[in-house]
Amino acid sequence: MIETRGLRKSFRSRAGRETKTVDAVRGVNLDVAEGEIFGFLGPNGAGKTTTLRMLATLIEPDGGQATIAGADLRKDPSGVRRRIGYVPQGGSTWDESSAREELVLQARLYGITKADALRRAARALDAFQLSEYADRKCKTYSGGQRRRVEIALGIIHEPKIVFLDEPTTGLDPQSRAHMWDEIRRLRTEGMTVFITTHYLDEADALCDRIAIMDHGEIVAEGTPAELKREISGEVVIVGLDAATTPQAAELLDTEAYVTKLETVDEGGLRLYVDEGAVAIPQVLRRLDHAGLELRSIELHRPSLDDVFLTKTGRSLRES
Amino acid sequence: MKLARDTWLIFQRQAQLLLRNPVWVFVGVFQPVMYLLLFAPLLKPALNAPTQAAAYKIFVPGLLVLLAIFGGLFQGFGLIAELRAGVIERSRVTPVSRLALLLGRALRDVVSLIAQAVIITLLAVLFDLRVFIGYLLLAYLMLALIALMTSAVSYGVALKVKSEDALAPLMNTVAQPVLLLSGILLPLTFAPGWLQGVAKWNPFSWAVDGTRALFAGDLGNDKVWQGLSIIAVLAVAGVVWAARQFARSVR
Repeated sequence: MIETRGLRKSFRSRAGRETKTVDAVRGVNLDVAEGEIFGFLGPNGAGKTTTLRMLATLIEPDGGQATIAGADLRKDPSGVRRRIGYVPQGGSTWDESSAREELVLQARLYGITKADALRRAARALDAFQLSEYADRKCKTYSGGQRRRVEIALGIIHEPKIVFLDEPTTGLDPQSRAHMWDEIRRLRTEGMTVFITTHYLDEADALCDRIAIMDHGEIVAEGTPAELKREISGEVVIVGLDAATTPQAAELLDTEAYVTKLETVDEGGLRLYVDEGAVAIPQVLRRLDHAGLELRSIELHRPSLDDVFLTKTGRSLRES
Repeated sequence: MKLARDTWLIFQRQAQLLLRNPVWVFVGVFQPVMYLLLFAPLLKPALNAPTQAAAYKIFVPGLLVLLAIFGGLFQGFGLIAELRAGVIERSRVTPVSRLALLLGRALRDVVSLIAQAVIITLLAVLFDLRVFIGYLLLAYLMLALIALMTSAVSYGVALKVKSEDALAPLMNTVAQPVLLLSGILLPLTFAPGWLQGVAKWNPFSWAVDGTRALFAGDLGNDKVWQGLSIIAVLAVAGVVWAARQFARSVR
């Protein structure tokens, strides 16, 4: 659906008399498959929005290629425009217009006839649960309602791909959960969804695949589960009495699924495994067989923040 | 065809938003009416005009050109608000014609200017101003071209500077010498030679002279076609330049 090779963009910024060139995006390669929710993750200033704006034809790349839904970004930007929807970060609605007016206008800008635009607007208002306030001015909407109007605007022409730039920033937790459902619904309707976010939990909960961007480059790419496994695997923490710990260690050390074993000082073991969910039943069976009493068992899965820390050398929350 | 359709869409939207807030009519007409009531009476003795009506024939065309220049130059503010709201970016990801994004807006400004000009002309008629309707329409064409140019330039500059704080002083700095050098308030016939020489380089001075000739019923005056041609060329240049700003990257 989206394929980019070596996409680059630099900006010239002037500080006093000096002109400085900032390489905002330095050679991005991405492959996004049809029908997936693809998350683009990174701290502010990593180049996410610049990449997105290039893919949405809003700024011209300095170099590299991209094909979006079959249209070449460099040679056929208007072909790309017809196939994509874009929901910018800072909002896109006008205070004095109503949701219905905005939707009808947006549809018509895509060349849709007036009658069809009215029909589509009504359908979108219904789908996004906005019918009740459809004819009120946008300035009277809540943050969540307004964001739903903006997403509806981005997909009014039924694009193959929709780009959402930080769709849940600034929303309260309830609106956020609601927005996640809306985004999943877009995928159910056959759309490919490309979102940027700096919330790790959002990327984890929502995205089929993610790419982490830092300093203008992609530093990691994969499914959230793959990425997490890649860094440290999972850890099964087995609680045992100090007395039985050495015996248990001896038993489990030889098991194939344990990649590394550590003894906890006050009794117990830390087992590094590939997949905790598979390892736990085997650990239980093994210990039970040997007649060793188990106090507790606990699975620790690495978070995307751990991934981020490993890949970029800092925590996303600090940056 | 697509250009006409897209322009109409943008025009419609902008006109609708303007009509929703009818205060603009009052604001747009209040100032010129004040000039008409409180300034124009000084003109008869100052210009040595035989009648008040003769003084209006000189003053009203200048006032209308002034309105067209200023009305146009300050349209950029609305665009900066739209930029900030993300409305422009939203339009730019659609395949809509970039020229239409500009033309729809600029034509809305032209229509609202002509509406104001009609109101002011009618008021001046109450003060015994008499103009042949055909000449008046030509004068309105001149005003429309001026407004098209100034509003296009204002939109283009707004897209470049992106901030009201920069736009306001910039527009004022441009507008003031343009205003003084075009003989809008008092004809430049009173000006010393060097001032007239400088004013020759001000296109609006030609426009004012042309409009005055039309109000005086002097269609044969060269100033008429010269003024119209100069302004038409500049209007086209302004529109082309501003449309390119819409096509280029806008944050």
